[in-house]
Amino acid sequence: MDSVEERDTEIKAPSVIDRYYTRWYRADMKGKPCEDHCILQHSNRICVVTLAETHPILQDGRTIKSINYQISNGCSRLKNKVFGKSKRGGQFLTDFAPLCRITCTDESEYTIYSCIRGRLLEVNENILERPALLLEKPSTEGYIAVILPKFEESKSITENLLSREEFERVVSKRSVAVQSQP
Amino acid sequence: MLPLKDKDKPVVQKLLSAGCCARCVLRFCCVSVQAAYRQPQQETLKELHCFIGDTTDSGAAKSTEENKDEPAEDPPSKRPKLEPSLTGAELDQGSTAEKLKDEESQVCVVCLGILQELCDKNQAIKIVEAVKGENYEFDTLVLSVSLPAQLCVREHSCWLHVKTQLREKSIILGKDDVIQVKEAFKWIMQSLVAKELGGVAVVTKSPFEVGVEFTHPETDADCHFLYVSNSSNIFTPGLFFLSHYPCPPIQTTTRCSAQDVQCLHTSVFVAGRYNKFCRSLPQTPWVIDGERRMESSVEELIATPIVSAFRAQGFNFSSSGREDVDVRTLGNGRPFAMELLNPHRSRFNRVQMKQLQEKIKQIKVTHLYYHREAMSRMKEGEEEKTKSYTALIWTQKPICSEDITFIDGIKDLTLEQKTPLRVLHRRVLAVRPRVIHSMTTRFLDPHHFYLGLKTQAGTYIKEFVHGDFGRTKPNLCQLLKTETDILELDVEVGWKPLI
Ligand SMILES: [Zn+2]
Repeated sequence: MDSVEERDTEIKAPSVIDRYYTRWYRADMKGKPCEDHCILQHSNRICVVTLAETHPILQDGRTIKSINYQISNGCSRLKNKVFGKSKRGGQFLTDFAPLCRITCTDESEYTIYSCIRGRLLEVNENILERPALLLEKPSTEGYIAVILPKFEESKSITENLLSREEFERVVSKRSVAVQSQP
Repeated sequence: MLPLKDKDKPVVQKLLSAGCCARCVLRFCCVSVQAAYRQPQQETLKELHCFIGDTTDSGAAKSTEENKDEPAEDPPSKRPKLEPSLTGAELDQGSTAEKLKDEESQVCVVCLGILQELCDKNQAIKIVEAVKGENYEFDTLVLSVSLPAQLCVREHSCWLHVKTQLREKSIILGKDDVIQVKEAFKWIMQSLVAKELGGVAVVTKSPFEVGVEFTHPETDADCHFLYVSNSSNIFTPGLFFLSHYPCPPIQTTTRCSAQDVQCLHTSVFVAGRYNKFCRSLPQTPWVIDGERRMESSVEELIATPIVSAFRAQGFNFSSSGREDVDVRTLGNGRPFAMELLNPHRSRFNRVQMKQLQEKIKQIKVTHLYYHREAMSRMKEGEEEKTKSYTALIWTQKPICSEDITFIDGIKDLTLEQKTPLRVLHRRVLAVRPRVIHSMTTRFLDPHHFYLGLKTQAGTYIKEFVHGDFGRTKPNLCQLLKTETDILELDVEVGWKPLI
C-alpha cells in the first residue's frame, strides 16, 4: 500500500466519523482496567456505542465465542423496538445500563455498557452473525448499539466522558506504567 | 320614488319611531333596488316621511285603524316624533325640517351609523387613500366589510319589535328577505370607491380585497347575554331573547368607528428550475443553537429577488426534493415553486420575468414563470421515480481501472437501507429496500473514481458508498472489498417533471 498517497487523501478527506461525529470515551469502565468504551456522537445528537481500540477484547489476538444481548432473564436488548419519528417504546438506558455480554474463546467475559443516558434505538445484529466484524471494524460495522439522548440532555450526557485528547493521555500513562514495571 | 307598497306603511312607521335610519327602513322593507340605497339618506328619509304621510289621503280608514293600537304599545319617548308625520301634508314646513334634522343626526339603533355617515363619499376617500398608500397594482377590487357582532342582536331585536307589534295585521315580514347591512353597505360604497379610484371596477370577485372593519365599543356588552344562555339557538324561541334584550334596541350616543383599511392581494405562484453549483449551500437557512451556520441558502437566494420584485409580504417555498448542503444540482435543474403572499405587484411580461430570472445569483434559475392559481402538482417531496447522480469516490486500497469495471455490469441491485443515522433523529427507524438500476465508473487515479448512479427515488447515496456502520447492505465498501468514502455528490435532474 502506498502510505504516502494514503496520508495525502486522508488530509483531503477525513473519514465519515471524523466529519460528522465527535469521539467520547469512558476509560476503565466500572473500574475494570482497560475496558474502554468509545461513544461516537453525531452532530444530530445520536450516539453510537463502540469498543475503544484499547478494549481487552481487541487485544492479544482474542477471538469471540459469543455475544449476548440478553442482559438478564427479563431483559433482552434484541427485543427493543421503536415506533414513529419520536421513537416511542425504546428501552431507556442510564450510564451503567449493560448492553451485551461478550465471551471470548479464552473464556474471558466482558460486559459492554451504555455509557450515556438515552433511548435505545437499535443494537447491531450483524455482529451476532459475524462476530469477527467486532474485531475487524470495531468503530464502524462492529458497533454495539445506537442511542438517542434526550434533546435537552444532548450536551450534558458527555460531561462525564473523556475527550479524545484526555483519553489519549490516559492511555499513554498506562503504557508508561506498563513499561516501568519490572 | 321609493319602491314601497301600501302594506309597508305600518312597518315604515314602526321602524322610524324605533330609531331606524332611512336605509335600514328600506332593508326591513326588503327593498332590493340598489339605487334606492345610493341616493342621499336625507333624501330617502324625506321620501319615507312623505310616504307614510300620504296615507291620510289614500288609505285613510286603514291607517287610522292601525294608529289606534299604537299609543299603548309604542315606547313613549318615540311617540312625539311619530305623531306629526301622521298628519303629513298639513304639517308646517319649519317643524318638519327640524324633526328631519333631528332624525338625521341620530345614530341608527340597528346599523349604528354604518348606513349613515359611515358609507358616504368621505369614507370612500378614506378607503381609496389607504389603497393608494400601499401602492398595489390591480385591475379590479372586491370590498369586504366586517361589522361588530352586536349588529346581529340589534337587527333581530328590531325585527322582533316590528313583528310582535304588527302581528295582528298579518304583516308578513320574512327575516330572510331583509337586506343585510353588509349588502346595502357594499351597494352604496362600491360605486363611490370605484369613482374615487378613477374607474377601477369594484366587483364581487377579485384577487384584490380591500377590507373595512367597524367596531362599536359602547355596545360590545350587547352580546354578553348570549354567552350565558344555555339555549342552543337563542334566535328561535323569541321569548328568551325578549326577556334578555330590549325591543327595540336602545339608542346609542356614538356611531361605529372605522378601523384601519386592510388590503390583501391573493397569492401569486412562481415556478421554475434551479441548478446549484456550490458545495456549501444549504436548502434553507441553517441555524444551530440560534447561530447561523452558512451565509445563505438556496431558498433565500431564489426567493429574495422574486419577493422584492412582486413586493410580496412573505412566501412559501417548495421544491421537488432537495439536496444536502454539499451536493450540487446539475442537469435540467430541480423544479421549485413559490407562493408569494400578498403581492403588491402581480403582472409581469415575459421580458420582465426573464430579467427577474437573471437577477438570481449563485443559483442558476431557468424556466421562471408565474401563475395566479396554485400549481396543484407541486408538492413537497414530489420527485422523479428514478434519479441520477455522479459521485466522486475515494478508496482506501489503491485500485486500477480494471478493479472497478465490474460495477458497470451490475443491474437492478436491491439494497436494504436502514434509516441513515444522520437523519434518524427526525425520521422513523425502518429498513427500506431501494434499487440501484445501473452504475457507471470512470477511473481517476489509484484512490479515486467517478461513480454514476441511476437509482430509485429515496435511495441514500452517501450511505450506499460508506455503508453507514454497515446499516446499508450491500454497500460499495463490500462490493469493492475496501473502505470507500464519498467526496463529492452531484444530482442530475432530468426533464420530465416540469410543473
Ligand atoms: Zn341604519
